[in-house]
Amino acid sequence: MIPKELKYTKDHEWVRLEGDKARVGITDHAQKQLGDIVFVELPPAGKVVQQRDLVASVESVKAVGEVGAPLSGEVLEANAALSGSPDLVNKDPHGQGWLFTMRISTPTEASALLDAAAYEAFVASGG
Amino acid sequence: MNPYLPHTPGDIRSMLDAIGVSDVDALFSDIPAHVQSRNRPLGLSARDDLAVHRHLTTLAERSTGRGLIPFLGGGLYDHFIPSVVGHILSRSEFFTAYTPYQPEVSQGTLTWMFEYQTMICELTGMEVANASMYDGATALAEAVLMAHRATGGKVVLVPCSLHPRLREVLSTYAWGAGLALHDVPYTEAGRLALDGVPDGTCALIVQQPNALGVLENLAGMKERLGKAFLIASASPIPLAVIEPPGFFGADVVVGEGQPLGNPLSFGGPLLGFFATRMEHLRRMPGRVSGQTQDADGKTGYVMTFQTREQHIRREGATSNICTNSALCALAATVYLAALGPDGLRRVALLSYERAHDLASRIAAIPGYSLPFRGPFFHEFVVRCADPERAVRKLRQAGIAVLPPSFLHPLGVHDGFIVAVTEKRTPEELDRFVVALEGK
Amino acid sequence: MSTIYDHGAPGRQAVALPQLGKVEQGLLGAIPADLRRRDGPRLPEVSQPELVRHYTALSRMNYGVDTGFYPLGSCTMKHNPKLHEDLARLPGFADLHPLLPPEACQGALALLWETAEHLKGITGMPGITLQPAAGAHGELTGMFLIKRWLEDRGELGRRTKILLPDSAHGTNPASAAMVGFTVVSIPSDRRGMVNLDALRGALGSDVAGIMLTVPNTLGIFEEDIVTITDLVHDAGGLCYFDGANLNAYLGRARPGDMGADVFHINLHKTFSTPHGGGGPGAGPVTVSEVLVPYLPVPEIARKGETYHLDWDRPKSIGRVHPYFGNVLVIVKALAYILSLGDEGMRAVSGGAVLAANYLKAKLKGAYKLPYDQLAKHEFVLSGEGMGNGVRTLDVAKRLIDYGFHPPTIYFPLIVKEALMIEPTETEPRETLDTFAEALLSIAAEAREHPELLREAPHETPVRRLDEARAVREPRLKLDF
Repeated sequence: MIPKELKYTKDHEWVRLEGDKARVGITDHAQKQLGDIVFVELPPAGKVVQQRDLVASVESVKAVGEVGAPLSGEVLEANAALSGSPDLVNKDPHGQGWLFTMRISTPTEASALLDAAAYEAFVASGG
Repeated sequence: MNPYLPHTPGDIRSMLDAIGVSDVDALFSDIPAHVQSRNRPLGLSARDDLAVHRHLTTLAERSTGRGLIPFLGGGLYDHFIPSVVGHILSRSEFFTAYTPYQPEVSQGTLTWMFEYQTMICELTGMEVANASMYDGATALAEAVLMAHRATGGKVVLVPCSLHPRLREVLSTYAWGAGLALHDVPYTEAGRLALDGVPDGTCALIVQQPNALGVLENLAGMKERLGKAFLIASASPIPLAVIEPPGFFGADVVVGEGQPLGNPLSFGGPLLGFFATRMEHLRRMPGRVSGQTQDADGKTGYVMTFQTREQHIRREGATSNICTNSALCALAATVYLAALGPDGLRRVALLSYERAHDLASRIAAIPGYSLPFRGPFFHEFVVRCADPERAVRKLRQAGIAVLPPSFLHPLGVHDGFIVAVTEKRTPEELDRFVVALEGK
Repeated sequence: MSTIYDHGAPGRQAVALPQLGKVEQGLLGAIPADLRRRDGPRLPEVSQPELVRHYTALSRMNYGVDTGFYPLGSCTMKHNPKLHEDLARLPGFADLHPLLPPEACQGALALLWETAEHLKGITGMPGITLQPAAGAHGELTGMFLIKRWLEDRGELGRRTKILLPDSAHGTNPASAAMVGFTVVSIPSDRRGMVNLDALRGALGSDVAGIMLTVPNTLGIFEEDIVTITDLVHDAGGLCYFDGANLNAYLGRARPGDMGADVFHINLHKTFSTPHGGGGPGAGPVTVSEVLVPYLPVPEIARKGETYHLDWDRPKSIGRVHPYFGNVLVIVKALAYILSLGDEGMRAVSGGAVLAANYLKAKLKGAYKLPYDQLAKHEFVLSGEGMGNGVRTLDVAKRLIDYGFHPPTIYFPLIVKEALMIEPTETEPRETLDTFAEALLSIAAEAREHPELLREAPHETPVRRLDEARAVREPRLKLDF
């Protein structure tokens, strides 16, 4: 399950680009690797981040997945629904299980993200 | 043949054959020969059980302090330990088990851990407790590290009346983490005199009762701290009848759990207890047992919130602690269950009553007084002109108190400190008073 | 699963205590009103028979070394000698207050001094502290020592990195981080040993030291150990050895001769003291000459036949324990050393390594063996490719049905689906045979009846527990 309209990183994050904003989550592949998600730690709104800064973590019972910012910018909103229902990341990783939205400060970074086909190939190669 | 090594020469031969090597030494060919050749034996020949027993018994009997009547405290206390505690601890299913990583065969350990966490929360007035730390000193140090992680502050407010050993261990940990300790003086009553809270403070420590034996009043302290932590280091027996720090908004309550069913043990092993609020759970060090259900819906227990711990989070863990003081925590659990609320209250009040009885009788002896007006529980400072001489007089009467030098780091040079538990009989109190009255 | 709170009735208690004195009822009133507790702690109210039966029932739901074979890798679950339990209860140790003056505790100080001398000899290192209460506490002490050494040399701000093989125990990086060091991971090579090229590449003037586990967590001895420690020393760093695996070479080789500067000893592993369900243990630390000035105070010293406490160590890191360390654990370790003697200690490591290689030989056809080297005291199999979607977790749970405690699983992290087996020297050959047969039979079951594994264990007081639920709906104490 790799939606065509999304962009991806090699750290198994997806990015939905909406003008100068982006919505970010972890991929279906990533949530399967982690197993039952029991806790999600998200950045506060207003946090200014550089690309690849670790900004969030997604925890299962016996593993922690660190999530880096796929792009530089400012965090706009964290997904409040995840504090009560972290399992949304398992159930709907590309939809209701989104992690945060951000305003993009360096649009050129976005062009370097993987498209669905490239991400699919990356996963298939064992990445 | 050594009783712990069951392999006979025949076993060894057949095992070597199965492996395909000629002798046991060949199994060590991967250790560089020049390293092996530098090994030096200790010059010890094997001893039989009787000889080992004799050697250790001889050592044990050489410590003369054992025969003295102990009026010793300073954080560790000589309370009565019901026989039932030792008998349950000697169930080897408990004491020869490892950490309960496989819950299906560890429900015994995981269940008592859950009981222990419940009892510690009840004693301290807190919401969540871990399954133990090494001792009260490292528990305090870890509480300070947790406050630093939570608030980012690097200044720790430390009472001048804090137990000197707690302070020494804390200062090692604080130096390691780059934190600064600021002294908070005490009043003439022996109570904390908190003047102000500097910027960058991550925690205020309060010891209850403090090392002078004086009970602190925690009311209003948390309110003065802002986001900085109020960390209480509490003695557990008084908590039966004293309002616990949790009721005053403490963020962390730690303490030395030895008085709960554990022997003095020449200072180790001890039991650090650690309790905090649910909002801080993810920053808490140490193991924790949680209730859940099995595949059939049956209630059971597991080690939980393990992503805080070193085996999963590695350098990002809330602490490096792994092995802790589980068996001592089991002793505390059985002790508290054996006494129940009435028994614990009685131990606390007997200690309180006898300490106050002795204190007032000492204060009536010419030349002796109680320097601190603040209320105390079961331990108090006695002032006199020549404390060394007073301690010698007690010693000659077969009574042990802490050396007066214990009080020197606390700024007291003209006194000694006395602790009383429910084990001290009226006759022993009489003997104490008579000894001091004598020449 | 009942808790102790499910038993009893108001008014019951399990011990008879003295009556309060003259002011039975009024005494609580003597406590100042602003300090007096309003609601007492809710504790169980049980009679002695109820208390004993509850905890006996709990004990029967546990598995210990005394119950059966416990091949938990990296944990050295050997037999815990019974004599030692009696010795640790001797009143001259158990009832002694640590703040008594040294003249009143000569026997206890002699115990500590004597044990310290033996441990220095066993490790080939000139300095020691007995204060650390566990292995991880020893690691932390080692990191403090390295930090003080750097501070003393004026290199503290410059040397900030600690190198760690990727097979390291989790406590290693956690200990380094507590003292503010940055952790740099060094990959293993195809043999499962430290990749020397990667090590050379990582070494530099910013490296404070390396933390090594010897043999490593794959159970493999680093054949290049002396080259590794030389490289680190040449680069101006120090070498920390995690002594969790000392059982592999006890009495045959010494870390001091391999270039170790700091070494911690888990007395609850190599020296046979019981694990207690998670402690107490003890983690004495021995050091090379260069670190002696920084050891914790006080040092236990001897003059003639008299023992005293020496505080004259101005560069000391201070205390890491409020008193002397876990003395009652040390009692058992000394008894163990004395009962073994030099030949016994060699026989311990010989037996441990023999048992591990024997089991490895029996199992390597049925399970993947990612690193087929000479093993030391433990070895690592993989549950990968068992077929039918069976995982290592299932193998571990099925072993419980066969009456064994499972090995360590999913560690070290560099082996997928790891099964880490440490038999120790105290298991009879027959037990090793039965265990090997069980694992072979489970490998066959994985092909023919995988549901037996996936649904295991079958006969335990509880079946597999929902760990996700324990986090999502935390219940960490009783709700009243």
